[in-house]
Amino acid sequence: MEFFRIKKDIPFMSYGRITTTISLVTFILAVFFLATRGLNYGVDFTGGTVMEVTYPHAADIEGIRTAISSIGLKDATVQNFGTSQDVLIRLPIKEDLSIAQLSEQVSDVLRRADSQMEIRRVESVGAQVGDELFENGALALLIVLFGIAAYLAMRFEWRFAISAIIANMHDVIIILGFFAFFQWEFGLTVLAAILAVLGYSVNESVVVFDRVRENFRKMRKASTVQVIDNAITRTLSRTVITHTLTLTMVGSMLLFGGEVLHYFSLALTIGILFGIYSAVLVACPVALRLGVSRANLIGDPAKKKKEGEEEIIA
Amino acid sequence: MNRYPTWKYILIAASIIIGLLYAIPNLYGESPAVQISPARASLKADQALLGKVEASLNLADIKFNGLYLDASGVKVRFDSPEDQLKAKDKLIDNLGKDYTVALNLLSQTPDWLLAIGARPMYLGLDLRGGVHFLLQVDMDTALTKSVESSVGDFRTALRGEKINYTGVSRDKLTVEVNFENAEEMEKARRFLGTNYPNLTYSTSGSGTELKLIAVPNPQAQKQIQEFALKQNLLTLNNRINELGVAEPIVQQQGLDRIVVQLPGVQDTAKAKEILGRTAALEVRMVTAHGTRSDARDYDPKKIEDALKGIIPAGSELLYSRIEEPLLVSKRVVFSGENLVSASPQPSQQGAGAEISVSLDSKGAGSMKLTTRKGVNRRMAVILVEKGKKEVLTAPTIQAELSSKFVITGMENLQEANDLSLLMRAGALAAPMEIIEERTVGPSMGKENIASGVNSTLWGFAAIALMMMLYYMLFGVVSVTALAINLLLLVALLSMLQATLTLPGLAAIALTLGMAIDANVLINERIREELRDGNTPQASIRIGYEKAFGTILDSNITTLIAGAALFMFGTGPIKGFAVVHVLGILTSMFSAVMISRGIVNLIYGYRRKIDKLSIGQIYQAD
Repeated sequence: MEFFRIKKDIPFMSYGRITTTISLVTFILAVFFLATRGLNYGVDFTGGTVMEVTYPHAADIEGIRTAISSIGLKDATVQNFGTSQDVLIRLPIKEDLSIAQLSEQVSDVLRRADSQMEIRRVESVGAQVGDELFENGALALLIVLFGIAAYLAMRFEWRFAISAIIANMHDVIIILGFFAFFQWEFGLTVLAAILAVLGYSVNESVVVFDRVRENFRKMRKASTVQVIDNAITRTLSRTVITHTLTLTMVGSMLLFGGEVLHYFSLALTIGILFGIYSAVLVACPVALRLGVSRANLIGDPAKKKKEGEEEIIA
Repeated sequence: MNRYPTWKYILIAASIIIGLLYAIPNLYGESPAVQISPARASLKADQALLGKVEASLNLADIKFNGLYLDASGVKVRFDSPEDQLKAKDKLIDNLGKDYTVALNLLSQTPDWLLAIGARPMYLGLDLRGGVHFLLQVDMDTALTKSVESSVGDFRTALRGEKINYTGVSRDKLTVEVNFENAEEMEKARRFLGTNYPNLTYSTSGSGTELKLIAVPNPQAQKQIQEFALKQNLLTLNNRINELGVAEPIVQQQGLDRIVVQLPGVQDTAKAKEILGRTAALEVRMVTAHGTRSDARDYDPKKIEDALKGIIPAGSELLYSRIEEPLLVSKRVVFSGENLVSASPQPSQQGAGAEISVSLDSKGAGSMKLTTRKGVNRRMAVILVEKGKKEVLTAPTIQAELSSKFVITGMENLQEANDLSLLMRAGALAAPMEIIEERTVGPSMGKENIASGVNSTLWGFAAIALMMMLYYMLFGVVSVTALAINLLLLVALLSMLQATLTLPGLAAIALTLGMAIDANVLINERIREELRDGNTPQASIRIGYEKAFGTILDSNITTLIAGAALFMFGTGPIKGFAVVHVLGILTSMFSAVMISRGIVNLIYGYRRKIDKLSIGQIYQAD
C-alpha cells in the first residue's frame, strides 16, 4: 500500500496567507473563550472535595442533596455520571471544617440514609495544596517550553527554536480554548496531557526541520521556499501515518480508559490533531518569516571550507 | 554490510531474555497472605519470629504454601482465603499484642524468580485501592514550643547563677529577659551565650528598663524543624502499626510534610482518628509499689490487694515492661505534647546510660510542682498504645525537677536508646493537619487496571494491524520491535519497583503510540531510498542511518518534557512522567537497534535481493 503518490512538491509555503489566517482565527477564538468563559478547574487546582459514590440501584439524587444540605453543606453539587447508579458529589472548601472532617461527615450522612452506598473514590485537596499544584504546573509548562527552545536553538538555529515554540504555544492555547469552550474539567491529568503534547508536537517540527537542513545541503540551487516545500512534502507520508497510529492509541484510551482518563485522552486528541497542522503550517511559515536561509543553518560555505582545511592540517 | 557483529545479537538476545524474566512475575496472579510485623519499635522481625509463626501454623494444622522473612516482617502465603482468615485469628491469639497481623495479597511468583529479584510491578493506590493522605506539620508550633522551653531554662539558669532579672517573657519566637542593671544583663548575656549557643542575642532599652532579646538562629530553627518532622514520622509509623495495614508508606515530602499511604484500607474514619491523635505518652505518679523498699509509697500489701481486684479510687493497676505491678495515679503530670526531646547518653556517674529529657514550659511547671513535694517518690512513664497502657520505666525522683532532667539507671546505651525512642514515639513534636486526601475503593482499583490494560492492548492491536498492512514484512518487524519495547518497559518498571498508577498505565499506552513513530520514520526513509533507485541493501542501511538523527532529536525533546513533568509533578503526574521517560529510553533501543537486528537477520545474509517486503512503492515518473 502507498497512500501518498505525490508527483511534485506541494507548494505549502504559498498557502501561507490562508494558513496564517486560519491559525490566527482559531487562536483568537481560543483566547476569547479562555478570557470570557475561563477554565473549569478541577479540585486539584481549586481545592475542595470530589466524591464518587455508587449504589446497587438507581441513586436518589434529590435525597442525596437533601442529606448533604442537612449537615450544613449548601454549596454541594450532586449529579449522575455514566450510569444512574453512579453519583458525583462536589464540595467546595469550607473555612471552619478540615477536608478530612468534610468527607467523613458526608460519607456518614449518606451511609445513614442508605447503607448500601459504596464509596468509590474521594479526592480532597486543601486550598494551599491546590495553589501549589497550580504554580508547579505553570512552572513545568514554562520550563518545558524553555528547555525545548534551548535544545532546538543548540541543535538547529534560534529561528527554528522560536518558530517551534510559537507553533507549540499555538497548540496549547487551542487545547485550553477547547476546554474553556466546553467547560471540560481541567485537572492534573489534563495538564500532564498538555505537557506530553508539547513534547510530542515539537517532534513534528524537528522531523521537518531535520529534513529542511538536509535539503539545504542537497538541493544547492533551490530557493529556501522550495527547500521547505520539498521537506514537508517528503515527510508528509510519515507525518500522516505516525499521527494516525498515535491517534489510534489515544482513541483506544478514549474508548476503554474510563472516566479518569477521559479528559486526558481528549486533550491528547486535540493536541495531536492541531500538532500536525501547526508543525507544518505554523512553524515553517514563521521560520521563513524570521528569515531562515542556507547560510544560517549549515554555516557559511566559505567558513566551512576553512574548518575543513584545518581538520586536514590537524 | 547489513550485518551486526555477534556481540550486538547477543546483547539483543540478552536484553530480551532479561526482559522476559523480569516481566513474567506480572502474569502470575496473587494469593491470599498474612503479614506479621512487630507492633513496637523495640521488637524485631527475625528468624525466631519466623519459627514461632511456622510452629503455630503447624500446630493448628493450617496449610500454607510459602513463608518468608523480609525487612517489614514475616509473610505467609495461603491457597485459599479461608486458610488465610483462620491463620490470622490463630496468629493473633498466639503472638499477642506485640505483633500486628495484617491480611495481604502476595504474588504467586515462583521462588526462583523472587530469588533474582523479579517481582510484579508495584501498583499505586489508584490501582489497588486504599487511602492517601498528605499531612502538613505545623512548624510554627514546633518552633514556639521549643522557644517556650527555653523561657523556663532561662529562669532556672539565671537563678542558679544568682543573676538578678526582673522577668522573662516570650512573644512568638522571641524571648525577652528584663533587667534593671546593665552589669547584670551583661553577665546574663555572657552566661546564656555560652550555655545556649543556639540563640542569637541582642540588647535594647536604657536606664532601669533593659532588655536582653534572644531569638533562635536560623540553623537552630532548621534543626528544630527537622527534629519535629522526624519525630512526627516516627510517631506516625508507630500508630499506623495499630491499623494492621500490610504495606503502609510513611514518608517525608519536602521540609514540612508527610505522606501516608495505606493500601487496602477502607475504614478511613479510623485511619484519620489515629493520624490525628495528639499524645500517647503520659507521666504520672506511682501511688504504691512493692519492689523498692527505699522509695516512698513502698506498700506490698496494697499491690497484693490490687492484684486481687481492690484498687483505690484515683489509681489504676499497670504493669511495667519487666512485669512489675504498680498502682499509678490517674492524674497526668505531663504528656507527650509537652515533651520537647528525649535522647540517650552515657551515664554521667559511672557505668550504664541515661536519658536526657527536656520539656516545654507547661510541662516544666507541672513537673516542678509535683517533684517539689515528691522527692523519693516514684514516677511512671506510660506509653499508651492500642488503648493499652504500659509503664516504660518508673524511676525514683531524686530532686526537684523542671524543664531538663535525666532518667538514670539504664543498663547500657542500647536500652537507653530503645526507651527514649519509645518515649518520643508517644509524642508529636508539632500538630499536623490533613491537607490532601485521596481514597480509592477496591472495585474502582480493579476497574482502573482493566481500563488501563484494555486501552493499551486494543490500541496496540490496532496499530499492529495497520503497520503490517501498510509495511508488510517491515511492518511485522516494527510491530515485533514495539512488542519488545512493551516487554522491556514492563520489565524495567518491575525491576525499579516504581509505583504504577493509572496515569502511568496511560503513559505506557501513549509511549507505545509515540514510539511507533521511529519505525514509521525508518520505513518511510527506506522506501524513499528505494524510490531514488538505491539497491535494497543500501536503502536499508541509509534508511536507518538517516532516520536515526531525527529519532534522536525528537526523543530528546520528548525527554525534556518528561523530565519537567517529573520534577514539578506530584502524585499522578509523577507516575505518568516516570513511565513516559523510561518508555522513551526503551523505545530508542527497541525501535532502532532491535528492529535493525531483525532486519539484518532477514536480509543481511542474502546475496541477492530483488525486492524488499515494505509495501508498494509509488514511482513518480
